Amino acid sequence: MTLLAVLLIPAVGALVLALLPVRLDRVARLLGVAITGATFVVSLALIAGRHSGAAGDWQSVNARWVPAIGLRFHLGVDGISLPLVLLTTLLSLLCAVYTLQSLPPPGRAGTMLALVLLLEVGMVGTFLARDLLLFFLFFEVVLAPMYFLIAVWGGANARHAATKFVLYTLLGSVLLLVGLLTVYASAGTLDMAALAHRRGAGIAHSTQVLAFLALFLGLAVKSPLWPLHSWLPDAHTEAPTVGSVLLAGVLLKMGTYGLVRVALPIVPAGAKQLAPALAVLAVAGIIVGALCCFAQTDLKRLIAYSSVGHMGFVLLGLSTLTAVGVQAALIGNIAHGVITGLLFFLVGGLKDRFHTGVMADLGAGIGARLPALGGLLTLTAIASLGLPGLAGFWGEAFAVAGAYRPAAGLPRTPYLVLAAIAAVGAALAAVYFLRVLRVVVAGPAPDGPLLPDVRPAERLAWVPLAVLAVVLGVFPALVLECTRPAVDLILRAYS
Amino acid sequence: MSQLQRIDYAALSPLLVVAGAALTVLVADLFLPLARRPFAVWLALAGTVTALVVGLSVGGTQRRTFCTPAATLPHGVHVGVSCSFVFDHFTLLLTVIFCSAAAVCLLLSVLPVTTDRLPAGEYAFLVLSSLVGMLALAGARDLITLVIALEVLTLPIYVLAGLRRADPRSAEAAVKFFLISVLSGAVTLFGVSLVYGLTGAVHLDRVAAALGQRDDLRHLPLTAAAVLLVLVGFAFKVSAVPFHWWAPDTYQGAPVPVAAFLSTASKAAGVAGILLVVLIGFRPYADVWGPVLAVLAVLSMTLGNLVALRQRHLVRLLAWSSVAQAGYILLPLGVAATAHGRSDHALRTAGAATLAYLALYVAMNVGAFACVAWVTRRTPRNALEDYRGLVRRSPLVAVALAFFLLCLAGLPPGLAGLFAKVVVFRAALIGGAGMLAVIMAINTVIGLYYYLRVAASLFVAPAEDAAPRPNPPRSVALTAAITVSFAVTVLLGFAPQVVLGIGNLARLP
Repeated sequence: MTLLAVLLIPAVGALVLALLPVRLDRVARLLGVAITGATFVVSLALIAGRHSGAAGDWQSVNARWVPAIGLRFHLGVDGISLPLVLLTTLLSLLCAVYTLQSLPPPGRAGTMLALVLLLEVGMVGTFLARDLLLFFLFFEVVLAPMYFLIAVWGGANARHAATKFVLYTLLGSVLLLVGLLTVYASAGTLDMAALAHRRGAGIAHSTQVLAFLALFLGLAVKSPLWPLHSWLPDAHTEAPTVGSVLLAGVLLKMGTYGLVRVALPIVPAGAKQLAPALAVLAVAGIIVGALCCFAQTDLKRLIAYSSVGHMGFVLLGLSTLTAVGVQAALIGNIAHGVITGLLFFLVGGLKDRFHTGVMADLGAGIGARLPALGGLLTLTAIASLGLPGLAGFWGEAFAVAGAYRPAAGLPRTPYLVLAAIAAVGAALAAVYFLRVLRVVVAGPAPDGPLLPDVRPAERLAWVPLAVLAVVLGVFPALVLECTRPAVDLILRAYS
Repeated sequence: MSQLQRIDYAALSPLLVVAGAALTVLVADLFLPLARRPFAVWLALAGTVTALVVGLSVGGTQRRTFCTPAATLPHGVHVGVSCSFVFDHFTLLLTVIFCSAAAVCLLLSVLPVTTDRLPAGEYAFLVLSSLVGMLALAGARDLITLVIALEVLTLPIYVLAGLRRADPRSAEAAVKFFLISVLSGAVTLFGVSLVYGLTGAVHLDRVAAALGQRDDLRHLPLTAAAVLLVLVGFAFKVSAVPFHWWAPDTYQGAPVPVAAFLSTASKAAGVAGILLVVLIGFRPYADVWGPVLAVLAVLSMTLGNLVALRQRHLVRLLAWSSVAQAGYILLPLGVAATAHGRSDHALRTAGAATLAYLALYVAMNVGAFACVAWVTRRTPRNALEDYRGLVRRSPLVAVALAFFLLCLAGLPPGLAGLFAKVVVFRAALIGGAGMLAVIMAINTVIGLYYYLRVAASLFVAPAEDAAPRPNPPRSVALTAAITVSFAVTVLLGFAPQVVLGIGNLARLP
């Protein structure tokens, strides 16, 4: 029941908000907080039924939907899904809270929050789906709302950026569909658990390689994997704050989650064949992302490129096909969602105040001028560059550690080289984030109009994420203990 | 003997209802005062809906009529009883498609009949006559009946396309349609005569038996040529490339309801004809028509989508989009190009997928045209700029049109369109035609670009309008048309099983 409620509450809420008259603006914003809040509270109930060491789904719903094509409405929650679902419902709630205070033109809070809720349905559904086609369906649900969110509430070139986003990701998802149906055509079932249990038995080796290639390309666009990432900086630069937060915080995770949930366990032979290629592209993404960061003048664009680098670490972790690597990817996912989500919130806050995201125009001395905002920005930037003790550290460290000892059957030496290059990439990330802090935060306060520091709604939206960034840094076991049994189950195909 | 000649009127009942309604409308129109013109259209609508209900009540149990006793064809091919008209799940599904599409198109016609001063009685009569041809085609199981049905359904459309007598473009639309139609109809008839000459049979199951059992026909190049010639007339109705180029001009020149009729019911008739001919009659020659249909599908979707990118006129854009959609509809049958795809299972899946896509396509496309008809009242030009900021003027229609466009693109919340695409991809991959699936995947992305561009423009601020236009006349019929097609498309999105289930039951042998 909880599983259905987590999807139904935002779905019904989206309908209500969409039909709300435009003049009830305040009501719409409060209603948005209420609905996303209710969804978050209900999603906490997904923990019910979990016992330590639970590998499979501890809650599930399984009903017929379209028997003619074998599609079942099959949802479930396990250790891999749970943290991502909680991250999604939390970020959606914080976005609604943030909207209480800040809403870019053309306003219309009801419509915008309806789109956010629709996005939430798609994101949560993707993480809960246990049927290949259902997974694809939810994967597609996010496209149209995110397109309109960017195109309507975005910056000057928003239409172009939104179109680029939607075309790239649609190309990805149709390739994903081809991959999923290739699996279905040879295995005869859409049930993820059953397919994972077979570990690829009954699917010819060549079919597995082709299917993995399609799945991999499809999911890589979303992740995004270099060189398929070029939609991301444009989309982030033009998107409104809420759009950026959800895009970086959750949407990118759908790609890596899909690799863990679908590609690795279901077509293991294909994964083994193509994992080294994935590793090379992932490390290329880390380096290219870092180098591009040096060339950026716009903060949002810089964070977008840093996301390419962070997701490179996640993908590198996955490509090792080991428990350490996959665990690194999963905690890296969560950490990136928390940290980058917060970074985009903070930059959105800066843009609200200074009406620009260009570093040179922001000027120095934000730390002195707006102490609370500057402090949060410093904390988050340091977390993002992977300082030990903060959330960003574990994913990157474990990804490199995983690459040091990849799964049996993968070539060790190339992985060693890649691990070394990735470590250099992590150091580069430290350099560009410190540069941001030096240019923007440090220094004496310049003269200028008095600007408000962190406002109440902003504090409500930002502080939970900052706390999480610290808590996950100190207690990574919160996520790792949850994911471990499920990861072991998935990686049985490789032992 | 006498048993074989008994006519099963239940099987014919939807067709007879529509034929009766057509005559009633024609006669009633003579006695109607001029001010009450649209009444004829409402009468026709009543007839169409009755036929729909009658068809549903006859149900899917197979009924056969106009049968011929068992016989021996030339070269000793033994065949059993064959029937010229069959009402089964296939006929039922198509009857529902044809009648619903015709009903919505008639709803769209109520207003133009008054404002454009079209002759209402004749108009309604012609639509119903065409519908009679379609219903006959859905049940036809021999080549002669098929060709006659095809002509019956096409003839009235020549006149319908040219009905706006004041507009030279309407005349051009009609003439273009007429010329290509006659030409392709003649080619099909020539093909049918060759098939008859070669096999000595016209019933589809007998043609299949002869083609399957006689090796001498295999060695005759003429047989393959005959098979392909028969397909031409139907490919024209479907507006598949290279038989498509009448479509944009004809859609644009014809009254909007007629364009809607052409792109839904009439296209569905072409698809039904192709399905019957290839899956029953020419089943043993799947290696011949398979590659041809695969090429037609690929060309249609690619060219249709690419040209649609450049359109500045919504009806023309929908015309090119319907060419592309014809490609998606035919794509599942293209699996017959591979040896794996010619298995019974693969071809059955392909047939079901084509039918399912067709049904879903008709629902969403007729809805899109209904919204176009709504906007046409105010700005008859139908340029894309006229649609900018539609949300300010008619918010609900803007939402509906955006929904239908997303359906055509296959993107949620347009679930009906998404399921349609999934079904086609599934059939292609079950048939082992991964290449076709990838080509379709790329085409889906191209398609999204123009559908989404139009959908997004509905929600931006409208261009400065120098002269405020008068409020268009209100129309209950238009509102009803949009509401009904919207409701049906939403329902099909959540319960596609309704269509996919019948598609699976409607197995052609």
